[in-house]
Amino acid sequence: MALQCFNPHSNCPPPLRWMIVWSAVLQPLISVIITTCFAENYKMHPADNPLLPNQNKKRPLGVLWAILRKAAKPLIESAFALLPIILVIAFFQLIVLRQPIPNMGQMLWGSLLVLTGLALFVQGLQMALFPLGEEMAYNFVRKGNLWWLLVFAFALGFGTTVAEPALIAISQEAARIAASGRLIHDSAEALNNYAIGLRLTVALAVGVALVLGVFRILKGWPVQYLIIGGYFAVVIMTYFAPPEIIGIAYDSGGVTTSTVTVPLVAALGIGLAKTIHGRDPLIDGFGLIAFASLTPMIFVMAYGMLF
Amino acid sequence: MDGLVSFGYTQLAMLRDVVPIAAILIGFQILVLRQPIKSPAQVTIGMVLVLLGLAMFLQGLQMALFPLGRLMAAQLTAADFIYGSETGTPLQVHWLDYLWVYVFAAAIGFATTIAEPALLAVAIKANHVSGGTITVRGLRLAVAVGASMGVTLGVLRIVTGTPLHWYIISGYVVVIIQTTLTPKRIIPLAYDSGGVTTSTVTVPLVAALGLGLAETIPGRSPLLDGFGLIAFTCLFPIMSVMGYAQLVEFKARWLARRNRQD
Repeated sequence: MALQCFNPHSNCPPPLRWMIVWSAVLQPLISVIITTCFAENYKMHPADNPLLPNQNKKRPLGVLWAILRKAAKPLIESAFALLPIILVIAFFQLIVLRQPIPNMGQMLWGSLLVLTGLALFVQGLQMALFPLGEEMAYNFVRKGNLWWLLVFAFALGFGTTVAEPALIAISQEAARIAASGRLIHDSAEALNNYAIGLRLTVALAVGVALVLGVFRILKGWPVQYLIIGGYFAVVIMTYFAPPEIIGIAYDSGGVTTSTVTVPLVAALGIGLAKTIHGRDPLIDGFGLIAFASLTPMIFVMAYGMLF
Repeated sequence: MDGLVSFGYTQLAMLRDVVPIAAILIGFQILVLRQPIKSPAQVTIGMVLVLLGLAMFLQGLQMALFPLGRLMAAQLTAADFIYGSETGTPLQVHWLDYLWVYVFAAAIGFATTIAEPALLAVAIKANHVSGGTITVRGLRLAVAVGASMGVTLGVLRIVTGTPLHWYIISGYVVVIIQTTLTPKRIIPLAYDSGGVTTSTVTVPLVAALGLGLAETIPGRSPLLDGFGLIAFTCLFPIMSVMGYAQLVEFKARWLARRNRQD
């Protein structure tokens, strides 16, 4: 019953609707309070912490200023991220297309949400996703069981990709292309089967990519030989794959890596490289994401050849 | 009120994305590793912040930028804008007619990549790991320049209607040549930066641009020619990051030589 509330256009029972609204109101408030309490608390010197009784309370305005500056710093960082988009859109709207900007109030409110959201995301990244990824890498290495580590890598790649919304959208589009190119029957069932098959193929590809990438870190192989070998595979497959599938196959490499998965996978790779003796975090730690955006191309073209 | 309801939905959608990840992490932590994580409170709060931050980020983009950006992509690629309302689209398009579209492609490719949260995360990590030699902003700018070149070339391909794989294969050749020349330490990061470019901010706007173009240019089908822009956006940052590293190395060598002569 609650599941239908995922869809904004379906009718959702009023109590649930109110819960959604209230969670939307309360969560930002609570989280901002929590962030100011816990932000960098784990490495902050007690004298700098505005929430602890301060030893030298000579300048109350100075303390206030310090808090403000601390709160503003992530916002300024995210303003650097947002400013180019706003400039581009304003330039094209006002100067090239010569039209007024509609809904100024909504634009400003939305921009404020983007700013705060990005600042919170970065904070959460450093509190949760980075330490968690590195700690799990450390624990797996200490446990010393290679197979469980590879199973974990596969589960992480497969599990995070199979439900990715961008992938669901692209696989449905791909099914329509396959039907228009007479690769499959133009019926709802055939389309659906093709789309699901494609989704599973891409998820499988990302799982295999992470297994391969983790294995490479353990062995200390240079990333470029494997990736360039993958490029050759892509080029060879391009000649044999049906032309309709090539565009989708090339694009599917890019849509698989979601915003929550990337930091976790990066931290896992770096954690492994830090823990295993003789590996350099910069040379061996990176590269997992590169595999995850290469293998889907090969797997999707293979899927196009087989079905 | 409506805004709050839709924000609630964005949060629910984010939650649905994170549940499989959390299930895998918790499952392995409990069943395989059998070890409590070091600071569960901090990790839980951090996860809530990641969720909430991303939900707010997406909601803000959907309110402020995506509708206008999509509309803009449609307007800039419409025949009325390019040829004027009287003449209509000629049967053979000349690639120079679409000058504003290339400028828009370059600008939007750069701007959306700078705002990409996944890229920010990788840049922060690279900055930590390299001990500060790779700066967060430097890496993001290098990747954004590459993405900008990629989107522009991808748009040019849709306008001219040339086959996608020739561009991608020649891109691979350039990447292979660059790999032999750049400092070895940057290679894995450069390869990674291709994959992180295309995520929550870039894909919706770039896809709208490709679809708009493929619909309005005679002889292009949105189904076949609309694809491929994301592949370009993934490939070119690899080149630009390696190119940036090469430039930094040349500069260091040049400075060292000048110091020796002095």
